[in-house]
Amino acid sequence: MSEKAQGKKPIKVLIVDDDQDFRMQARLQLEADGHKVVEAENTEIARQLLVDEKPDIAIVDLMMDEVDAGFTLCYQMKKTYPNMPIILATGAASETGIEFDSSTDEERSWVKADVVLNKPIRFEQLTTEIHRLLDK
Amino acid sequence: MSEILRILIVDDESAMRSVVRRVLLGLQVAVSDVHVNATFELDEASSGEEALEKIATNKPDLMLLDLKLPGISGLDVLEKLAENKTEVLVVMVTAYATIQTAVTATKQGAYDFLAKPFTPDDLRNTVRKATRHIVLQRQARQLAEEKRRVRFEFISVLAHELKAPISAVEGYVDTLEKDFVKNDPEIYDKVLERCRIRLEGMRKIINDLLDMTRMESGRKKRELIELDVTEVAKISMESIQPSADQKRIVLDLRVDGPVLLRADRAEMEIVLNNLISNAVKYNRDEGRVDVSIVRDDDHVVIRVEDTGIGLTEDEAAKLFNDFVRIKNNKTKDILGSGLGLSIVKKIAELYHGTAVVESEPDKGSVFTVTLGVTEAAE
Repeated sequence: MSEKAQGKKPIKVLIVDDDQDFRMQARLQLEADGHKVVEAENTEIARQLLVDEKPDIAIVDLMMDEVDAGFTLCYQMKKTYPNMPIILATGAASETGIEFDSSTDEERSWVKADVVLNKPIRFEQLTTEIHRLLDK
Repeated sequence: MSEILRILIVDDESAMRSVVRRVLLGLQVAVSDVHVNATFELDEASSGEEALEKIATNKPDLMLLDLKLPGISGLDVLEKLAENKTEVLVVMVTAYATIQTAVTATKQGAYDFLAKPFTPDDLRNTVRKATRHIVLQRQARQLAEEKRRVRFEFISVLAHELKAPISAVEGYVDTLEKDFVKNDPEIYDKVLERCRIRLEGMRKIINDLLDMTRMESGRKKRELIELDVTEVAKISMESIQPSADQKRIVLDLRVDGPVLLRADRAEMEIVLNNLISNAVKYNRDEGRVDVSIVRDDDHVVIRVEDTGIGLTEDEAAKLFNDFVRIKNNKTKDILGSGLGLSIVKKIAELYHGTAVVESEPDKGSVFTVTLGVTEAAE
């Protein structure tokens, strides 16, 4: 843990992504920031970890076992844990050309995430977003 | 399959138009080699101008075009169609059937010629011939279109499959500059290890891709010689033995002497390497891989049985398609390009054979490749 985390209760971050390299890279960055990380490689494990670990914030991939697995999971999470911020991380823009955003109310009404980040992600950006979402 | 073709009858004499209409009414043309049964919808125009108008609003498939018309002539109509790049199959109909007009009309794009006076059979035969041409041309186009689509899909999936390891390695390279990785040897090594694994995976995709293009181009020096398939299997098993040893898997080859086949050595190596390395990769520790190769009068049968993780019926059904990798807990750490088995199947097909799998989850799988011996594709 870095010195940055001293004196603060660590933030617990849930990473849901089927790409183990993305999970590892995000974990390295977040642990260096002094956060605690729990990982799920599919939505089933994610649901279990939500109950067992009660994370403060979740980073969710859009396309996993099912193309819209991330959407479904976000929707369910927002219903059960309305106060837990969600960052949707997706490679959809670079893979399919479909751009997602959650900056307007209209989009937030169907994209159940607080922030949408397009992969490849600059991992420092995760740090920034996590602090922004949890401080407000 | 039935298809309705639109025929536009262009003649200034209404009597002529109704004769043609009567002859063609209810006509059906079977193009049996592609299983199409064509019926016809008839329309008429009394001048070249009217014909062009009708073509512009509702393009016919076939036009019976009188050469001599009031106003613009049949040849003018042909010229206009060529100008507008409108593709309509045209049969010129004329009483002034001279070689010269026939040549001119054909030069300008007419498909066929029908000389007045003609019998009902003449007309029907001409329409039959034109119909056949239209239907076959259409099928050829659809086929070409389908090929283009499959190719495009393949390339976009390939691009995605190649981009994924690049992104992963890029991500790791970025972390290598950071203190929390630089200063922690254990993490540093782990990052390098993941980079190596992803690069190796990428190399595997590219190698498989080369195998595939080598085969699909079809011309690249396939060398068909009489070879002993069991010999190829032995060499393949020797090269895979070290990975089998790591998991304490027993590799066993059961043959009753040489099995000769006229085949391309490289292709046989690809088949056996893929099947046997899969059998090891997807096996459990201390499992078995049993390879048998037999020949009957018409076939060489290669059978590779493993005691691995197996497949569900759904998984087995799509296993031989391009870029299909079965994603689950049991396969998550296994490297693969998703091309190996699709290549095996394509090679089997070159030998008029088949590649199939029988499997039971958690019990194991049996892959059977059957190769025809009589007519190995030259």
